[in-house]
Amino acid sequence: MSIIGEPLTRVDGRQKVTGAAKFSAEFPMANLAYAVMVQSTIPSGRIASIDRTAAEHAVGVIAVLTPENALKLPGAEKRLSLLQDDLVHYNNQPIAVVVANSLHEAVHGAELLKVRYEDTPAKLDFIAGFPTSHPGEHNREPGDLSFGDVDAGLRDAEIKIDQIYTTPIQHHNPMEPHATIAGWDGEHLTLHDATQHITGRKNDLAKIFGIPAANIHVICLFVGGGFGCKGSTWSHVPLAAMAAKVANRPVKLVLDRPQMFGPIGARPRTHQHLTVGATRDGKLTAIRHEVHAHTSEIEDYLESSAFPTRVMYSCPNVATTHRLVPLNVGTPTYMRAPGVATGTYAVEVAMDELAYQLKMDPLQLRLLNYAEVDPHTKVPFTEKNLRECYKRGAERFGWAKRMAEPRSMSDGSQLIGMGMATETYPGNRLPAGALVRLQPNGRVLVESGTQEIGTGMYTIMTQVTADTLGISPELVDARLGDTNMPEGPISAGSMSTASVTPALQEAAKQAREKLLSLAIQDAQSPVHGAAVEDVEFADGKIFRKGSPGSGEKFTDLLARNGNQPVEATAKVSPDQSLKKKVSSHSFGAVFAEVAVDPAVGMVKVRRVVAVYDVGKVINEKTATSQFIGGIVWGIGLALHEDSYVDPRNGRIANANLAEYHVPVNADIGEIDVSAIDIADPYINPLGARGIGEIGITGTGAAVANAVYHATGKRVRDLPITPDKLIG
Amino acid sequence: MNPFEYQRAGDAELAVKAISAGEHVKLLAGGTNLIDLMKNGVEHPTKLVDVGRLPLANIETLPDGGLRIGALARNNDTANHALVRSNYPLLTQAILAGASPQLRNMATNGGNLMQRTRCYYFMDPGFAHCNKRTPGSGCAALEGLNRIHAILGASEQCIATNPSDMSVALAALEATIRVRGPRGERTIPIADFHRLPGTTPNVDTNLKHDELIVSIDLPRSPYARHSHYLKVRDRASYAFALVSVAAALDLDGDQIRSARVALGGVAHKPWRSLEAEKSLTGKAMNARAFEEAASVALTGAKTYRYNEFKVQMAKHAIVSALTTAGGAA
Repeated sequence: MSIIGEPLTRVDGRQKVTGAAKFSAEFPMANLAYAVMVQSTIPSGRIASIDRTAAEHAVGVIAVLTPENALKLPGAEKRLSLLQDDLVHYNNQPIAVVVANSLHEAVHGAELLKVRYEDTPAKLDFIAGFPTSHPGEHNREPGDLSFGDVDAGLRDAEIKIDQIYTTPIQHHNPMEPHATIAGWDGEHLTLHDATQHITGRKNDLAKIFGIPAANIHVICLFVGGGFGCKGSTWSHVPLAAMAAKVANRPVKLVLDRPQMFGPIGARPRTHQHLTVGATRDGKLTAIRHEVHAHTSEIEDYLESSAFPTRVMYSCPNVATTHRLVPLNVGTPTYMRAPGVATGTYAVEVAMDELAYQLKMDPLQLRLLNYAEVDPHTKVPFTEKNLRECYKRGAERFGWAKRMAEPRSMSDGSQLIGMGMATETYPGNRLPAGALVRLQPNGRVLVESGTQEIGTGMYTIMTQVTADTLGISPELVDARLGDTNMPEGPISAGSMSTASVTPALQEAAKQAREKLLSLAIQDAQSPVHGAAVEDVEFADGKIFRKGSPGSGEKFTDLLARNGNQPVEATAKVSPDQSLKKKVSSHSFGAVFAEVAVDPAVGMVKVRRVVAVYDVGKVINEKTATSQFIGGIVWGIGLALHEDSYVDPRNGRIANANLAEYHVPVNADIGEIDVSAIDIADPYINPLGARGIGEIGITGTGAAVANAVYHATGKRVRDLPITPDKLIG
Repeated sequence: MNPFEYQRAGDAELAVKAISAGEHVKLLAGGTNLIDLMKNGVEHPTKLVDVGRLPLANIETLPDGGLRIGALARNNDTANHALVRSNYPLLTQAILAGASPQLRNMATNGGNLMQRTRCYYFMDPGFAHCNKRTPGSGCAALEGLNRIHAILGASEQCIATNPSDMSVALAALEATIRVRGPRGERTIPIADFHRLPGTTPNVDTNLKHDELIVSIDLPRSPYARHSHYLKVRDRASYAFALVSVAAALDLDGDQIRSARVALGGVAHKPWRSLEAEKSLTGKAMNARAFEEAASVALTGAKTYRYNEFKVQMAKHAIVSALTTAGGAA
């Protein structure tokens, strides 16, 4: 019986709640030194001087690295701030590192640096930068893409929505801050790094330090949340390695909470102009989605907000453009459902506005424009059950009870509103490797150089390996997070499960084949001489088909053969040719109910119901957690999260968790999530697309649409804070 | 954070003596605000005198029927004390509206009175201009991100607000702060405890540096039956007030014998509106009376670029809080 889909409890749960799980900052190290990163307080200019004297003489300080004395790194990249020159491109840019015997001595040393700057005018006005903005791409996909004739489609439209939607800068703020321990042994570097991509870190550091990648060993057993900010290599990682080299000791560098608003990326600000045309009976005739997003002066990162617009609805004429506005701020980056979270907010609010204009149920409008095939490429979807999501979601939510008119529902003094939206996220997959080892002690080891970022990777690896081999998950030991293992992909883009499980299955199959062929050749085996197809392996026993009673444990076989393990390593890549034949996307439907205090504008999200079509669900429990987490993020997107950038000096003003608001428990009502759970026949053998990001998509819009339904007030500038709803 | 000396005070007298040494010595109680500010590089005491274990945590009835609340009673213990709950539910509500359970378990009442502003420009020394942190350096908030800033009683030197919820209720309840200095004890009415910024925004309170808060004394109150603390904030918990209102009514049927109205999140101190209270006195309780009081309370409000909304929000919140207070049995 398959255990795929079963709500297997997290195999690392006990380790995590007892503190036994070791996060990257928690590895004890002999002779460890501590580094603190010092950051700029101006947004643009150059460092005229840094007086190191007092810091260097402070108790416990080992080294003070500044642009004046920092190691020259052969492969330093402009995108990082590695003290290679005296230029300042953004506020909070790393400009020095203080290394000391203890953390507090390093902190104190950092305060003793005297920095003088020469300011140059900073570009901080996002809107003013529109005329000089430039096109960009996201993961090598072009920012601009059109099909059909949008001008004609808009000319033919009987109803038009033409609005601007804006979203603010947001910071990821995982519970675990960025943390690196770097140690050199000659020209060999070992890194314990809180990362979503151990292999990326290894390759980047090799390039930056000009050493072979084989010289670098990256370990990351657990990540306390990444959400995208631990995907790319940021400055503190090479700086920790540089500090370790200079100090000639292992060095630990952990960012503090304010630094989590610093040089580690953020979701950029977006300005999205949506023009949607439709016939009077609600058929879409055209969508134009023009996005402006900021980036930094040193690197292009494109928030691809209009990408989802290309696949969501059956619309013959679609134009999507993206323009980048470079500013003197830190480089933005991927953040949970990059592009899609912000883009679905805009599109799905525009669709809601269209529904009201048409006096049509918002759900009906979506059904009327249901995309049966990919609207751009016209190829079929790998598997799409969005209709079922709408139907089940509406039933579970009680959408039929919604009164059509805005501001028509109430509960005491509270205004009640109901809103919905479509959710979507691409079905991604990358090559991955895995090793499966059947051990003489009866346990099965499975390894892949992937990461556990809180999603449940250890559990998924255990479950899929156990399922493939037909053994109890209790006998499987999953290991990950080490570059000495077969290479796994970045834990991002909702693709770890989709990418790693095929490699696990393949390695497990090959290991089983090796085991069975060993048994067949073994004169004492009960299956000696049998044909391979007549031999089975289940519950740890090898037997002839149909007679499990006559078999033997695989450990007995291994014992007779030198007590050596049997193992296989597999690397499995997705079939690239599929992209031309089918379109792989997850979809979902999300419904939200809010209560708004009309006097003071406070919003409470009472209920969210969401139904997802994500292919086969591997583990109902970890999947549910991810869906819920995504929805909570969507509520934060709609109502709370907002990094304030001072317009004069580009500093994040609310760089702490008291003033940067993420939803707290009191903000979250009832959340009901479920999945259609129909396997995707193309994505991988299990049929599982990713689930980590889809929950945030659409949710921002569903909440915003519910707020409009409650109040009759349309806020198109996130987050919807109380001040925007009064008056 | 600079190196500092730590000393545990054996008794109140020794604590007072220790801080008399100068401004570089500071009292430490719950540590929920001072330690953060030291980590941020806003406060640089060279010596901390820990008063956390002094026997000043009692909550007891006063002979006149009032209540004496020890300065070192924890916020949560205070809010949940039976006498506070029954006689001063406004204070219970206000305290529980503040911070998070974890913080309230650590924070003391005396420390709460001494909380410093959450103005971004004060909290982060990476911003150069803050008259409260560095007198004479200017006020970055005036032309900056001032959504959370003051609309009443501010000056061109400083538009920061006091972040306390507890103090707003104390202002409405006419608390008296009992303090001990080198020359013995004195009392400071809550109205005179916190200061408006004027030309010395670096001075938050009228507590002298060598004084220790001993207790908060509440007079006997006729407002227990009809009071409400309303906090308007950006999320449901663990967020500072955009605007808050402590409202209390002493009713004779539908007639208002007397009223109390104090606002939080709008000024450098908890902002009691005697004018609003006066406008309510003797009136029949109805929406118009509440709206008039709200209007009077906001007379003279001055807004900045991002906090214009606060005037209307405060008016609505006053009406809403008074309505709830009046309706509560």
